[in-house]
Amino acid sequence: MVSLTSNPIDISSAYKYLQTDGAGAIDLFLGVVRDNTQARPVDRLEYEAYDRMALSEMRKITDEACRRWNILKFVVVHRTGLLRIGEMAVLIGVSTPHRADAFEATRYIIDTIKQTVPIWKKEVFMDGEIWVNATP
Amino acid sequence: MNAPINVLLFGITRDITGQTAIQHPLSPNARVSDLLTQLHGQYPRLAEIRALLVAVNGEYAEPDTQLKSTDEVALIPPVSGG
Repeated sequence: MVSLTSNPIDISSAYKYLQTDGAGAIDLFLGVVRDNTQARPVDRLEYEAYDRMALSEMRKITDEACRRWNILKFVVVHRTGLLRIGEMAVLIGVSTPHRADAFEATRYIIDTIKQTVPIWKKEVFMDGEIWVNATP
Repeated sequence: MNAPINVLLFGITRDITGQTAIQHPLSPNARVSDLLTQLHGQYPRLAEIRALLVAVNGEYAEPDTQLKSTDEVALIPPVSGG
């Protein structure tokens, strides 16, 4: 299951969804808003997505993860809109029979999301703002 | 001249153009690379972007992909999700 939401991400409902009797491991990765970038204090992040393509690119990633590892269930939720320090921007969850697959699949999914999914974040500082990765 | 093509703008491209989408007149047989060249002429600050990709109908497109006025085109500046 992959989704975008402008509302806070609920860990417990993701965890419930991932639970299944054949699972021996459930991994959750939570990406949260840090209070600084290279020591420069961050006030907030603003995320936007090209929704239809973000969803289809996330599905490609989870399809590939399911080919590579024995995944019983997965959840990917990415937040959009304005996020404050400490808020969760992304949740990746994977349930597998054994832990090695869960660790590797979770890492693959978040690493690949950062490379290919059309979601953008603007870091807003006290004294300026920048679209992350956009300029050299 | 064909009908204009709708180009969706996100992130830094929205800030540079001041718009969420633009209607761009499409020359016959235009390809993705032609569209990018024309948009760079119209909005020189697009050159500030590290790498600018184009999506056609929700899929990453190659520079030689041919465009139709009915296509949904989007400029994809470097992504930064997660």
